[in-house]
Amino acid sequence: MMMREASCTVAVVGGGTAGLALARELKRLDAGSVVVLEREAQAGGTPRHCGHYPFGILEYNRLMKGPDYARRNWEEAETAGVEIRTGTSVTKLLPGGSLEVVDNEGVYRLNAERVVLCTGVRESSRPQRFVGGDRPLGVITTGALQSSVYLKGIRPFERPVIFGSELVSFSSLQTCAHLGIKPVAMVEEEERIRARGVFTPYLWLKHVPLHVGVSNPRILGRERVEALEFTDHKGRARRIETDGIIISGRFRPEAALLHRSHLEVDGGTGGPAVDQYGRCSDPAYFSAGNLLRPAETSSWCHAEAREIAIGIAADLRQPSKSESVELHIKDNRISFVMPQSLCLTGGRAGMSNVYLGLNMPVDAKLAAYSSGRLLWSQRLRSRPVRRITIPVAKLLDAGPDGPVELTLED
Amino acid sequence: MPASTAPQSSYDVAIIGAGVVGCAIARRLTLDGARVVVLEKALDVLDGASKGNSAILHTGFDAPPGSLEQACIAAGYGEYLQIAKALGLPVLRTGAMVLAWTPEQEEQLPALIEKAHLNGVEDVAPLTRAQILEREPHLSPQVRAGFEIPGEYLIDPWASAHAYILQALANGAELFRGTEVLAGVYEDGWRLKTTGGPVAAAHVVNCAGLYGDLVDDRLLGEKSFTIRPRKGQFLVFDKAASDLVSTTILPVPTKTTKGVVVCRTVFGNVLVGPTAEDQESRTDASTDREALERLRRKGIEMLPELSDCEVTTAYAGLRPACEKQDYQIAHHSARSYVTVGAIRSTGLSSALGIARHVAGLLQLSRDALADPAIPLVDRLSDYHPRDWQEKDNGGIVCHCELVTRREIERVLSGPMPPATLQGLKRRTRAMMGRCQGFYCTAEIAEITGDRLQVPIGHDDA
Repeated sequence: MMMREASCTVAVVGGGTAGLALARELKRLDAGSVVVLEREAQAGGTPRHCGHYPFGILEYNRLMKGPDYARRNWEEAETAGVEIRTGTSVTKLLPGGSLEVVDNEGVYRLNAERVVLCTGVRESSRPQRFVGGDRPLGVITTGALQSSVYLKGIRPFERPVIFGSELVSFSSLQTCAHLGIKPVAMVEEEERIRARGVFTPYLWLKHVPLHVGVSNPRILGRERVEALEFTDHKGRARRIETDGIIISGRFRPEAALLHRSHLEVDGGTGGPAVDQYGRCSDPAYFSAGNLLRPAETSSWCHAEAREIAIGIAADLRQPSKSESVELHIKDNRISFVMPQSLCLTGGRAGMSNVYLGLNMPVDAKLAAYSSGRLLWSQRLRSRPVRRITIPVAKLLDAGPDGPVELTLED
Repeated sequence: MPASTAPQSSYDVAIIGAGVVGCAIARRLTLDGARVVVLEKALDVLDGASKGNSAILHTGFDAPPGSLEQACIAAGYGEYLQIAKALGLPVLRTGAMVLAWTPEQEEQLPALIEKAHLNGVEDVAPLTRAQILEREPHLSPQVRAGFEIPGEYLIDPWASAHAYILQALANGAELFRGTEVLAGVYEDGWRLKTTGGPVAAAHVVNCAGLYGDLVDDRLLGEKSFTIRPRKGQFLVFDKAASDLVSTTILPVPTKTTKGVVVCRTVFGNVLVGPTAEDQESRTDASTDREALERLRRKGIEMLPELSDCEVTTAYAGLRPACEKQDYQIAHHSARSYVTVGAIRSTGLSSALGIARHVAGLLQLSRDALADPAIPLVDRLSDYHPRDWQEKDNGGIVCHCELVTRREIERVLSGPMPPATLQGLKRRTRAMMGRCQGFYCTAEIAEITGDRLQVPIGHDDA
């Protein structure tokens, strides 16, 4: 049997915030036919199941809840002439911009001049965080909790423990409040909460005790969760009676397709290795949004995706010969850099920032060198899970003549 | 879907326990013409020892020569390959290699090869370090030498047992889940008292796995062995890891354990495990961080690039080991009772062989079914065609494992619908992938609704 085939100018894999914003911008720039492939029944991505504020302030000058924001994103895209195919999964990335796609009719091949990967992030699962114990019902990520609550009206438990203390962990508190579910504790393995300290009073307000510096967490329960056991920061054995565990945060790129493809993967981010145009190791492939780096806000992804769209539109008009320099990490406190290379030709389009991730709190001078020459430096006092950026323009204007080396100087 | 209405009629054989061995015996005796009832204490089949194993169909090359275990593995292996196609069961011939990493291990290789030959596995042949690294270029160059066992296969451990019991059911056997045998009297036949009501059967076969000794004690008033559960924890790596290894990598066994295996699964993942931890508890299949981290390190020692691979999940299985070396299969003919006990880690490979052995002990002399029905189970292998590639599959629900709505609906409305989420996962692989339900938990909760005995969540309404 011949496989069905179809073609388009740009295929966008993933109809979340980045994918939709990028697709709409491409249409606005008259970049040809643009198809968004979305595996869920509705486009919109993560904001669809974040039934809370604040979304859309910068993009639409309005304060919106997640689902309204998601709807606005796909309406804007559709109005602009983007074709959104929902219930459609991409199962393979092939060299040169061909995709193996599956929908309710079976498998087909989609040949695109450019493919943009916008598959986003997900939270680390319980096994990925090596949380031991039994395997009862009632252990879910914030994402699963939110889609249960907001999309399906299901309440998975009554008095869960929140495992993790990132922004999303606090968002899970809100989700619980939405249904009158009362979390009994927040538990964090690190020495302090990972979200900004300003959130701590919120826990007091909600009467949710916080335990930081815990180790060896174990989930207990036969059919359903019955308790969480752990060693507290003073080395004491603790046990919290609970009927559910929300495993929250530690976002990681949704990169399964990528890992099985011909594209180069960056060990630091776990996403594709790209230049500031979002261009991958196969020049037919680009990427945008949180797949590039875990994890930024919707607003940020929206803006960045539009920047990348401008570069793709230019690339379609005239593919640029890419003369580029790599960005190298020279201090092991830096966990990743994205983009991993800078294209020296093609003007100022593309992402406006280089991102860094940290493994630990840092108080030092962040500096970028090329061939031993200082390109840029700035004082950096920061902790992991914070936004740390270097303006791309600053690095390019300094005229790197070889790999750019990023260091921390105490 | 209530667990049971009281089974009233009289059966030829009551099988206690619906693990892989109980399911295989139910199939065998049914095909041989017997009226069979299977009594399972748990809410679903495969809920004990059979729920966690390494999913390899072994040749039995390393079993003790002359043992019952070796005979059952050899027979089970042969029959599996014979019936796999008809039952729609996926098999993947990957072969295996036993590898030596130290001079001491290397010294043991010739004796192990000789043992394999004694066990009739004649294609076992030595491999040099260069040959090993040529076949598996991602292996650590620390490897010294080894030998190959070309006939080892990967199979789907759950689909296999489901196929056995479904074939039994399709040909007249009955299954009662959530039904524990509490007591029994033998007077020219068995009258069993169960939580689901009385059951009468001419013969009883005890396949109670982790509870085998307790069931013997309960029904015979004696036990000849004591189950000492041995826990095995496993770590599962995401599908990208399967590009790193194609053959099953076995260590040189020690006196107490076969050691840590690195192998693909038929579902496209890479498995590292098991540990071997003797314990008292028959239910504690918990994992612990330290053991899992050790497994990860062990895997990386053998396959260094695993360090860049994502972990998909971790699980633990309990092997019903006992203080004795061999399987404990005994026919108490005066009381029409067969004990099938202490079927350790090799049960998946040997189940069909054990079933033939038990049929031989019982000598029921019924007429074998002339044209038995063969129901098909969904083929969930990553290396074979899947439902998502076909038309009208209802869309993909679980994106990691590419499980379709049609597949989920099919098992929910099938002849042996799952009673628990675990049962649904074993039948469809939904939620078994890298995201562990991040995307599909809510949708699966909605699809299953109140069709599981232990629902996933409850409606806000």
